[in-house]
Amino acid sequence: MTTTKSKVVYSPTFTDGAEFQIPTFKLLKQDGSLYKGGKAPALKKDKALRIYKAMVTTRVLDERMLAAQRQGRLSFYMQCTGEEASVVGSTAALDDADMIMAQYREQGSLAYRGFTIDEFMNQLFGNEMDYGKGRQMPVHYGSSKLHYMTISSPLATQIPQATGYAYGQKLAGKGHCTITYFGEGAASEGDFHAALNMATVHRVPVIFLCRNNGYAISTPSVEQFAADGVAPRAYGYKMDVIRVDGNDILAVYEATQAARKMAVEENRPVLIEAMTYRLAAHSSSDDPSGYRSKDEEAVWREKDPILRMQRWLQKKKWWSEDEEKQLQESLRKEVLETMKRAQKRSPPPLESLITDVYDKVPPALNAQFEKLKTHIRKYPEAYPKSANDAAITSKGGA
Amino acid sequence: MAKMNMLQAINDALDIAMAANDKVLCFGEDVGVFGGVFRATSNLQQKYGKDRCFNTPLVEQGIIGFANGLAAQGSVPVAEIQFADYIFPAFDQIVNESAKFRYRSGDLFNVGGLTIRAPYGGGIAGGLYHSQSPEAYFAHTPGLKIVVPRNPHQAKGLLLGSIHDPNPTLFFEPKRLYRASVGEVPEGEYQLPIGEAEVLKEGSDITILGWGAQMEVIEQAVEMAEKEGISCEVIDLRTILPWDVETVAESVLKTGRLVVTHEAPLTGGFAGEIAATIQERCFLYLESPIARVTGMDTPFPLVLEKEHFPNHLKVYEAIRESVEF
Repeated sequence: MTTTKSKVVYSPTFTDGAEFQIPTFKLLKQDGSLYKGGKAPALKKDKALRIYKAMVTTRVLDERMLAAQRQGRLSFYMQCTGEEASVVGSTAALDDADMIMAQYREQGSLAYRGFTIDEFMNQLFGNEMDYGKGRQMPVHYGSSKLHYMTISSPLATQIPQATGYAYGQKLAGKGHCTITYFGEGAASEGDFHAALNMATVHRVPVIFLCRNNGYAISTPSVEQFAADGVAPRAYGYKMDVIRVDGNDILAVYEATQAARKMAVEENRPVLIEAMTYRLAAHSSSDDPSGYRSKDEEAVWREKDPILRMQRWLQKKKWWSEDEEKQLQESLRKEVLETMKRAQKRSPPPLESLITDVYDKVPPALNAQFEKLKTHIRKYPEAYPKSANDAAITSKGGA
Repeated sequence: MAKMNMLQAINDALDIAMAANDKVLCFGEDVGVFGGVFRATSNLQQKYGKDRCFNTPLVEQGIIGFANGLAAQGSVPVAEIQFADYIFPAFDQIVNESAKFRYRSGDLFNVGGLTIRAPYGGGIAGGLYHSQSPEAYFAHTPGLKIVVPRNPHQAKGLLLGSIHDPNPTLFFEPKRLYRASVGEVPEGEYQLPIGEAEVLKEGSDITILGWGAQMEVIEQAVEMAEKEGISCEVIDLRTILPWDVETVAESVLKTGRLVVTHEAPLTGGFAGEIAATIQERCFLYLESPIARVTGMDTPFPLVLEKEHFPNHLKVYEAIRESVEF
């Protein structure tokens, strides 16, 4: 049974979709004033400052931790730099108990929800206080209490999971939704298409937020897709879509707030394409000078989302130069001190190697662990992280 | 007790699980009003509504991605992949996501509620893409459980066990037996243990190990061997991962001989893993090399299916060769 309601023509008629032009929603100019005709969303001072501080925290953390990586303190790092408004603005528009299923560049969401610098550091250094027990590379954060799903490296896998998670939320009927973040590169994966299609077919309260930051590592978006961005794909799935200036905190906030209302009240999933720019390298292992120009970066540096919000706050007399200076200084100090503490903490216990594979350790895995312990006891100097572990020194069976 | 075929037993298990817990959901391609192409989900949508039993779009990676999300949220998804041959688009979601969810999050999150059902195996003139037995691919992935039932009674109890198990579980159903295998099935809820093999018949000369539809093949082969006075111990492994090393090792320590049989190809098949472990555990007790009777290292054929198949004659021959070694 075909379900198309299209009109009939009597000669071959092709269309390339050019008649669909998706506009970009903007409110805030770079000087901190509003565009003519633009109206700021209702945003109280407290909330505006919570958003702003989360953005600045993200920026400072990123700067300091990249430096720490360069000094060899840390194996790896990924920055959110340039995309803070897309991430924090959208998270701030949600209920704090809505689920976040992110890609890996969304530490701003955690900063907004109150993940402490100490919690960030414990994960980055994979120490005994890391919730992930030192199992994943840096920046793979997770927090059940903050409703932030632990990051997984494979790209786009979180997108259909978000559709499923949100379907469960719909059945639970408590009025929550899920937001999932991904880049325009990840949107090429099959999982993206599966997720959007299933979301509209099953009417799921989920928000798909694409950070179109121009690059997938070195591949520019013009080599990622021929279409005008990611947004037009929503039409193919009969999904509501909005494109927003991703460096405009007010536009991102308002768009996501409206999207959440549609998702939660009407079970209408929404695609948001946030147009932004990855000002930093893909990761600490990447060097953008091999694939893009300093001039191009400079153009986007001028569009810094944090500076834009700061100017808006100052115009409203909600923020001053002094407060800015104080915030920057105290954050830098906190990051440095916390980093030193986190770095000194012990690695996770040796037993964490075999727990959580299953709910209980299977006998065959226990046998492997016993063998490993015997081996480490024989060559303790080869395993400095666990030579003094209780499992080794106690000599008892597991 | 009621007489049921395997499909009815599976349907009964799903019905019981859905009745007991609102969070149990059944979905997949054609699973809704039609009840699945094999009818394993018959009447579930009619009984529990479209929200809990439904068709999905034709996208296996989406089905399992969706199921992973649901399980992480606290639902109990029972996702159907129409044929095990079509599970591979979902390989990433199963191997990189389901299997690693708990470990990578330090147990902050898990998808323990997830069960994936898929019909597997040959013998139905299904050719390359309706015959495969993919258990070994998944057996290489810590974090998954893999269960294969041999008859209706086992299917119901093991499926309920899988649904209740707090780990993501692949439940491979021997589709050749869907209607062919009929037996007495207890009424109401009962669970059979996951991770435990079952000794079906005790014997002293040789151990024959298999799972799923191969148990029927083993039964025929053993009947032939016993007529010649060879005493066979028969074990149904039931859970491929994590597998019950103790039960198998204990048996081989007694008999000194082992034949393992599965439909999947020889190279990289799960029999290889069993043989390696058992020779390690039972080396000084072995009277003959551990034999593997499996499909050939070819794609699953169509017209020459019978030649390819590890049937009772091939198993019987392996038993004789082992005893006469």
